Amino acid sequence: MLWSALSLTLGYNATLVTLGATLLGIATGISGTFLYLRKNALISDAISHATLPGLGAAFLLMTGVGLDGRNLIGLLGGSAISAALGLMIVTWLTTKTRLSQDAAIGSVLSVFFAFGVVLLTVIQALPAGRQAGLETFLLGSTAGMLFNDAVLILVLGAITTSILVLFRRPIILVSFDSTYAQTLGISPQKTDYLVLAVALAVTVIGMKIAGLILIVALLIIAPVAARFWSEKSDTIILISAIFGGLSGYLGTAISATAPGLPTGPIIVLCSFVLFLVSFLLAPRRGVLAAARSFWVFQRTVHMTQGLLSIAQNQPIYEPKTKRILQRRGFIRADGVATQAGRALAAKTLLNERRWSFWRNKMQQTGDLDEPIVYSLVSIETKLTHDQIESIDRGLSEEQQERV
Amino acid sequence: MGSDFVALSLPPLLIGLCASMACALPGNFLILRKQALIGDAISHVVLPGIVVAFLFTGQVSTWPMMIGAAGAAILAVLLIELIRRVGRIESGAAMGVIFTSMFAAGVLLLEQSDTSQVHLDVEHALFGNLESLIWLDAEGWASLFQIKALAGLPVELLRMATVLLAVSAFVYIFWRPLALICFDEPYARTRGIAATALGFALVTLTAIAAVAAFDAVGSIIVIAMIICPPATARLMVNSLRSQVIYSQVLAFMATVLGYMFAGYVPLWLGFSNTLSAAGMIASMSGVFLACAALFGPHRRRNI
Repeated sequence: MLWSALSLTLGYNATLVTLGATLLGIATGISGTFLYLRKNALISDAISHATLPGLGAAFLLMTGVGLDGRNLIGLLGGSAISAALGLMIVTWLTTKTRLSQDAAIGSVLSVFFAFGVVLLTVIQALPAGRQAGLETFLLGSTAGMLFNDAVLILVLGAITTSILVLFRRPIILVSFDSTYAQTLGISPQKTDYLVLAVALAVTVIGMKIAGLILIVALLIIAPVAARFWSEKSDTIILISAIFGGLSGYLGTAISATAPGLPTGPIIVLCSFVLFLVSFLLAPRRGVLAAARSFWVFQRTVHMTQGLLSIAQNQPIYEPKTKRILQRRGFIRADGVATQAGRALAAKTLLNERRWSFWRNKMQQTGDLDEPIVYSLVSIETKLTHDQIESIDRGLSEEQQERV
Repeated sequence: MGSDFVALSLPPLLIGLCASMACALPGNFLILRKQALIGDAISHVVLPGIVVAFLFTGQVSTWPMMIGAAGAAILAVLLIELIRRVGRIESGAAMGVIFTSMFAAGVLLLEQSDTSQVHLDVEHALFGNLESLIWLDAEGWASLFQIKALAGLPVELLRMATVLLAVSAFVYIFWRPLALICFDEPYARTRGIAATALGFALVTLTAIAAVAAFDAVGSIIVIAMIICPPATARLMVNSLRSQVIYSQVLAFMATVLGYMFAGYVPLWLGFSNTLSAAGMIASMSGVFLACAALFGPHRRRNI
């Protein structure tokens, strides 16, 4: 069952929905990354909640003029209008009043959503409202989706993804360095608007699949997960697109295999698994990598301090230092240094002297600007041969002066 | 305005008032500390807590659910901090990751477990069941003085009133340190105020108010009331003391007017159905905020 869902052989509608969710995931991954890198991640929460009154109003309006209130194009159009209104109010409150952005987002999302709920109770009171099924937009549902709706989602998902691919240059530039982008003639503000418009579009399109409460997760989780893997904005955007697409694809496929597996939550949990893997395993920024580099750093400090003590014939008291040195065969169990230990100790001492001479010189000339932990790295790896020679000359002059 | 009002409308109205005011009070400090969205996050994460509590006990009973909800809220706060510090992710995004994932897990658990026998679904959690908190023993205003009838009041009323009292006491006792950590946290620290602990206490207290209100009135009121009345008050006055007082008055008015517009106005206009009271109360607080944002005397930033 799962295999046939994954290999897109579970029927025509299911295939279309899965493809649509994948494209949506890609589009949310890209636009969400941009929002995240511009420190705007939670604005998507306001967008998604602000769709509800538009949804209800569109249903009421269409029923009022005698059309079928469940027409997906009409419902999505109404949602898009009220989401855009909510977005404008958030921007207006943030720039024109003294409320901070989080208060603006929170008030818009709660009030719009609340008004949407009021409209839903109006709809439920109507004779036509009982089968409206608008609740499915809250948590998303793909079961029993109409063929036309599936095609619509697929087409809209393809359009938004291609808009993002088309405008990838300005988007990447602005999210990497908005000032630099401006000097190239790209307006950060216009790019912001473009991405917000796309985010709004994918929110509205994705509502039917993922539900309006959870669509925000797609815009946040994949970008945050992707952030762990790279420091370059174009790579982050690419990874986020892959993560988003993957969670849309896997989530829809898994949810199609059994009844009680709602699509929205499954998609979100798929992207959360990707987040968890990134959080733990990503090189450099991941938890394991950070723990490992901390451990290596600690060991290096212990080693260096211990070896310096040996070189200066001082006893080592720190038990951990002793243990590390003993394990590597630099000291014996009684604390006396071995041949190898003495050789490395002398080398470490020379490294330390060279570094401290260089540091003093740099401090005198005022060229020292970053506090590097010297003597933990070999000087040959950082300075040129000529520099080291001049340091050695300086060191021997110092020694002659002292004599 | 006779016995029907006392039996059917007075208890929900009072519970709504206590919930709104209990949420708006800590909201004053949260919006100044730029933590307004905490209420949003909490009201999403309590769902898995409630569902897990239900799966353990097999019934919809108050205390296990409150404990489950509070546990989920604390777990969420810890996870957000973990991701923010260990993963070096900005706090808004960390919050977004955790609250959506936990909410998704809650919905999935709910769909997977057999809850058809009990009144537990996502919509109930979102919209609350304010209208159903009625007082069957009441026969008129006189019942307010009859001990036997009073015993039949919905338990939510006593609980919400207690929470409101507790929140008020906290704000009253810690008024000065709370004000200091909102406006100048570094200075507060130099004065020996444990700002981190106090900030955590504020969030915890908000979580308690939110969880208690959530059960009775749904998460919409909680999110709206934590943010809207304090934000409205902030656009109208300039001192923290007046802001807190205004926010309480606004929460009161939004609840009364919202309840009236939901429960009575449609009937007066000739419709046969009432509207969602929770939704209307929150919408009303939004109307107040809109007025203040357009006309409030202190709406602009001080330059």
